[in-house]
Amino acid sequence: MCLAIPAQVIEVVDAEHALVDMSGVRKRISTALLDTLAVGDYVIVHVGYALSRLDPDEAAETLRLIAEWAETAGDEVPG
Amino acid sequence: MKYLDEFRDGRLAQGLAARIDREARPARGYALMEFCGGHTHAICRYGIEDLLPDNVRLIHGPGCPVCILPSGRLQAAIALAERERVILCGYGDLLRAPGARGDTLLKARARGAEVRMVYSIDDALEIARAQPDRTVVFFAIGFETTTPPTAVALLHARREGLSNFSVYCNHVLTPPALRALLATDSFPHVQGGVTPCAGGVDGFIGPAHVSTVIGSQPYEFVAAEYRRPLVIAGFEPLDVLQAILLLIRQLNAGQARVENQYTRAVQPEGNRKAQGLMAEVFATRSRFAWRGLGELPDSALAIRPEFARWDAERRFAMTEIPVTDHQACICAQVLRGAQRPQDCTVFATACTPDHPLGSCMVSAEGACAAHYHYGRFRQVRL
Repeated sequence: MCLAIPAQVIEVVDAEHALVDMSGVRKRISTALLDTLAVGDYVIVHVGYALSRLDPDEAAETLRLIAEWAETAGDEVPG
Repeated sequence: MKYLDEFRDGRLAQGLAARIDREARPARGYALMEFCGGHTHAICRYGIEDLLPDNVRLIHGPGCPVCILPSGRLQAAIALAERERVILCGYGDLLRAPGARGDTLLKARARGAEVRMVYSIDDALEIARAQPDRTVVFFAIGFETTTPPTAVALLHARREGLSNFSVYCNHVLTPPALRALLATDSFPHVQGGVTPCAGGVDGFIGPAHVSTVIGSQPYEFVAAEYRRPLVIAGFEPLDVLQAILLLIRQLNAGQARVENQYTRAVQPEGNRKAQGLMAEVFATRSRFAWRGLGELPDSALAIRPEFARWDAERRFAMTEIPVTDHQACICAQVLRGAQRPQDCTVFATACTPDHPLGSCMVSAEGACAAHYHYGRFRQVRL
């Protein structure tokens, strides 16, 4: 039920709507729950509503940490 | 898709699993509950349990809206759908949830009721605008993730004076349910051949998208009052594995903190705009009887009196219709983490996703349906 998927804004339709791309599917969604969005922004979409923005820097940082931990799995355990 | 595929990388998942295996201390157990059905689904779908050492166990929680919807309220919706001129709209899985004697909204539709599956509440608004001679009711269920869209739709209905539209509100709140689980000592030692952990559940994997709305602050009591760590995690397999590792690290260090693994989408304060809209439209119900968990105080939302015209419960004087759940069904225990789907005598025999006897077998996020789809042959030796 709480499933929500990442989508990229490809057109801002009006103050409350945007056209987004979800894995190649174009869909008009409501942006009423967020402040201004720009073309190119990533959002998380749930039941036709953008629920939050997706922060590319935070995503990269999470992946960096995961890779670091995954690749040092054989090393000594900290503290 | 960007932001999905990277978080499903098998090689990194193996690496994280190896790291978990190294850091989990063999001398103790780690019983971790994922609150959300979204996590339950991801854990089953990606086989995460098979990557974990035996002393790290995952316990499915009650965070599946279809699973915890009180059957009396579902039955009231079925009765409403059968009234003349009504079009009842709802999200997919809800239509298959069993009410009295296995009745469902889909069966009501087969009998001639107009029941429609919609993707968004905006689709229900659209139906109401297009058919002013019909009474359109949206059957709203869900946690804090699904509630803000309902608030926006109600504000639209009021602004437009859309008099043939109303909402049957069954929205519920995550923190009170977590508190109820922690407050009872129903936190059991799940069977499964592993040394039981002291106090039942050692830590929580916290909701992903609920947290985008409410933020991390509302979970603080879990750490402060109940001394359990909680890590908010995304719904992808690497997110879940990283959260498990973070929980193990906290437990090894004797800590209990609220941590956020899902920083790409969750802010500590949540989505303030969505919170404001919810507060404008909804008020807390003093009591709400969750299927499986029973009556929990201040755990659900009702539509404020200012929006009474769009509140189906008031408008149609809806009352709960008492329903006795199927006697063989152990959904109530499964929802509390007290028993596992495979412990149920009707699991995958009389109760299947095609013919669910209990609500946990309906939605792909329900513990029983998730285990049925992805895990039921795990223990079978060929």
